[in-house]
Amino acid sequence: MALTNEYIIQRLKEKFGEDLFTFQESYGLLELVAPKEMNLKVLNFLYDDAQLQFRFLTDLTGVHYPNRTGEELAVVYHLHNLQSNCRIRFKVHTSVDQPEVFTATGLFSGANWMERETYDFFGIQFVGHPNLKRILNVDEMDYFPLRKEFPLEDQTRIDKDDEMFGRG
Amino acid sequence: MTEQHIKLPAGSIEKTTTTLNLGPTHPATHGVMQNILELDGERIVSADQTIGYIHRAFEKIAERRPLAQITTLTDRLNYCSSPLNNMGWHMTCEKLLGVQTPKRVDYLRVIVMELARIADHLICNSIMGVDAGAYTGFLYVMQFRELIYEIYEEICGARLTTNMGRIGGFERDFSPLAFEKLEKFLAEYPKALKEFEDMFQRNRIFMDRTMGVGGISAERALNYGFTGPNLRAAGVDYDVRVQNPYSSYQDFDFTIPVGTTGDCYDRWLVREQEMWQSLSIIRQAYQKVQSFKGAEASVYHADTPAYYLPAKEDVYTKMEALIYHFKIIMGETEIPAGEVYHSIEAGNGELGFYLISDGGRAPYRLHFRRPCFIYYQAYEELIKGSMLSDAIMTMSSLNLIAGEMDA
Repeated sequence: MALTNEYIIQRLKEKFGEDLFTFQESYGLLELVAPKEMNLKVLNFLYDDAQLQFRFLTDLTGVHYPNRTGEELAVVYHLHNLQSNCRIRFKVHTSVDQPEVFTATGLFSGANWMERETYDFFGIQFVGHPNLKRILNVDEMDYFPLRKEFPLEDQTRIDKDDEMFGRG
Repeated sequence: MTEQHIKLPAGSIEKTTTTLNLGPTHPATHGVMQNILELDGERIVSADQTIGYIHRAFEKIAERRPLAQITTLTDRLNYCSSPLNNMGWHMTCEKLLGVQTPKRVDYLRVIVMELARIADHLICNSIMGVDAGAYTGFLYVMQFRELIYEIYEEICGARLTTNMGRIGGFERDFSPLAFEKLEKFLAEYPKALKEFEDMFQRNRIFMDRTMGVGGISAERALNYGFTGPNLRAAGVDYDVRVQNPYSSYQDFDFTIPVGTTGDCYDRWLVREQEMWQSLSIIRQAYQKVQSFKGAEASVYHADTPAYYLPAKEDVYTKMEALIYHFKIIMGETEIPAGEVYHSIEAGNGELGFYLISDGGRAPYRLHFRRPCFIYYQAYEELIKGSMLSDAIMTMSSLNLIAGEMDA
């Protein structure tokens, strides 16, 4: 049986109640957002449920939205059910002051480096990660470069106008 | 002499294992990466990988660039098959912008992508030969990679970092010479590939060096997020071209070669078979390209004036074309807001682009799913308990490209 987005929504609502998730669909891909405390429970359910079987972690990354107070950082999981060939995107938000999210390394060995990368660039602490340290940047770095407060251009330059590049 | 001149770290005299730094610039790593190996004699007890030596912050740079200028960044991911990355990126943009590409563009792209796949697998398999002590095969097939590069050159003017194609299609139509070169390649390469295959496939030394080395079970490979030839060698027939066809791959007839044990030898065989499949796909695509008649036979891009550069003569004579030209060159086109994930089957596996746009002129966030980065973390598990020479073999059979790993 091919999995449909409607069925996944229904299954998740049965398990976690009506209000836990917000659902959205973009370009055919189902996106669900859950509270961050629930991320492992949801991932576990998606992994273990006999119908859902989302057992392949395609991608894990972070996004920074400085204007969303209280949920500035997002962790984005792309999951794939290889048998029914169905993909979903799962997101949790966390505040930038206490950026703590449970690790998915227990479920997916592949999450290890992906989480280290996300920590490296966004400073998201993955609670329970076996070896959470920087991976691509130097160990001595004391900031998280993909956060939006670090603009790419050299800030001492005055000959360039940010407006010209699409972002003020 | 009582004074001690050499200060050793505590415990280093009693220690029975040897620490060996393999890399960052070891000739056998074929890229800048470091492995700190703990050796018991010649057996590997543990390995600690350090990566990031050529990290260039592409994801950060992309947040300040218009879509068309990000193509040059994708060139530098897996630089053994740049056109694949280029096409993947264009398709991601097209998905976000809702651009429909004409069939002829799809087929031309398939030709280029499969050529790039052959170039990529060719390097990997012949380098495996080099690491096993057979240099001749490598030098021999390099001539044929040269033929592929000449085709690239004819299409886009560049050879390695190609920046090929545009959003919506190609910058220009393939010249007759490009097709001539393609025909030459299609005529000459199969014979060489067969010879290359004969040299290795049943070669006792090569088999002894690779069989049962660096194996992984299908279950572990999936858990680690393996994709591409490395996953297929473990026996899982996951191929993005088949599962989520893009660029009209559903029009082609090909099989997915799979292995059983997931060891170096299987990985080599899978790549070898994929090259034959790629050749067959190129032939089919070339046939389809030739079958277009009339006006269709010269279509090489979609009609997307806001993202596709107008012809130069129009820029000088038409106001509208001048405006589009200016907006595209200066990167002043607003990208529609949205979130899109698109993936293609690149040389090493599923290359994904996760693009978030907030309606600005550059992506709000762009993340590359780099297959190399994801499967290299399994390296310790693959080599633990094996000999040092097997570790080298395993590394080259994974086809690690530092550019893709570090992004």
